[in-house]
Amino acid sequence: MPQLSRRRALTAAAVAVGATLAAVPAARAARGADGGHHAHGAPEAFDEVYRGRRIQGRSQGGGGHHHGGGYAVYVDGVELHVMRNADGSWISVVSHYDPVATPRAAARAAVDELQGARLVPFPAG
Amino acid sequence: MTVRKNQAALTADEKRRFVAAVLELKRTGRYDTFVTTHNAFILGDTDDGERTGHRSPSFLPWHRRFLLEFERALQSVDASVALPYWDWSADRSPRSSLWAPDFLGGSGRSRDGQVMDGPFAAAAGGWPINVRVDGRTYLRRSLGTGVRELPTRAEVESVLAMATYDMAPWNSASDGFRNHLEGWRGVNLHNRVHVWVGGQMSTGVSPNDPVFWLHHAYIDKLWARWQRRHPGSGYVPGGGTPDVVDLHETMRPWNDTTPADLLDHTAHYTFDVD
Repeated sequence: MPQLSRRRALTAAAVAVGATLAAVPAARAARGADGGHHAHGAPEAFDEVYRGRRIQGRSQGGGGHHHGGGYAVYVDGVELHVMRNADGSWISVVSHYDPVATPRAAARAAVDELQGARLVPFPAG
Repeated sequence: MTVRKNQAALTADEKRRFVAAVLELKRTGRYDTFVTTHNAFILGDTDDGERTGHRSPSFLPWHRRFLLEFERALQSVDASVALPYWDWSADRSPRSSLWAPDFLGGSGRSRDGQVMDGPFAAAAGGWPINVRVDGRTYLRRSLGTGVRELPTRAEVESVLAMATYDMAPWNSASDGFRNHLEGWRGVNLHNRVHVWVGGQMSTGVSPNDPVFWLHHAYIDKLWARWQRRHPGSGYVPGGGTPDVVDLHETMRPWNDTTPADLLDHTAHYTFDVD
């Protein structure tokens, strides 16, 4: 991207706001809970409330239909299809053409995009 | 012979017929099968696995065939209809006639992104969003919000100048024309336009917005321009590439056509200007 987009700027602002609320108990990042044992450097798990919705991410054994290299992301308990790009960036089915750095950023971008709407579970397999 | 025209040059009657044919495909359920197919490939195409519709050399021939199928469906409703293309490097504004109420309708309202005018607005009654990834059943857009600027003509030219069609590892990390046109790398053309439109266009179910076809018809036209500019460059890879559609390999979901079969668009349609 040649320039900082408005959404990215807004997201960055939202993240900054989130950082000031880091003392909120619900925002408990499960840092390093399963880190260090993945050949391809799977990202660490996370679990937080972002803009009023619970977002979680964690490694999944086996994978199957998980194209995030065995990593699954949930919004209010419903799985969000995410995918890892070759350069390590991430996208999700609700923001498919705009890579972000981490699965947590993909989850937050999804919450931004959903504007409160519920996610439809995607068919397994 | 089908002639694909710049959307900005369509007559009122051509716009009316295109919209009516799209709405008829929607009414009969045929339209949504295209959305389903696209999303299945969006979910299934991966950088380190099998990849056909996206993030791979077959991005261009796959979408060429996909658009041909859609155009034939439109023509089964009204034989006079052809897919128009949207040159977003020229018609770069939400005030373009593309977004007028007599054609695709405009951007969404700020509260929920809902498109409120034109034939595809929820209130018009003919455009339910059935194949979806979230609970919202209305067409949404947020023109120019996710990213401020559409690609410029100079940025398009910089990508057309790339002489190599595609390169190993044949995915979103590749150098070369295909991946720069697709937008995973470099100035970002195709992907950025999806983000600029916003709403369903930024998701895996992007064909829910009829502008999908006009966007891809222009991406397809840029491939044709690239071919004319680089007559010595062809589709690669030529054979034996795991997970990737080689020149003479058939493509899912049709299984009866290869990239080689789709290199010459003039067998199927021409453009108003080359």
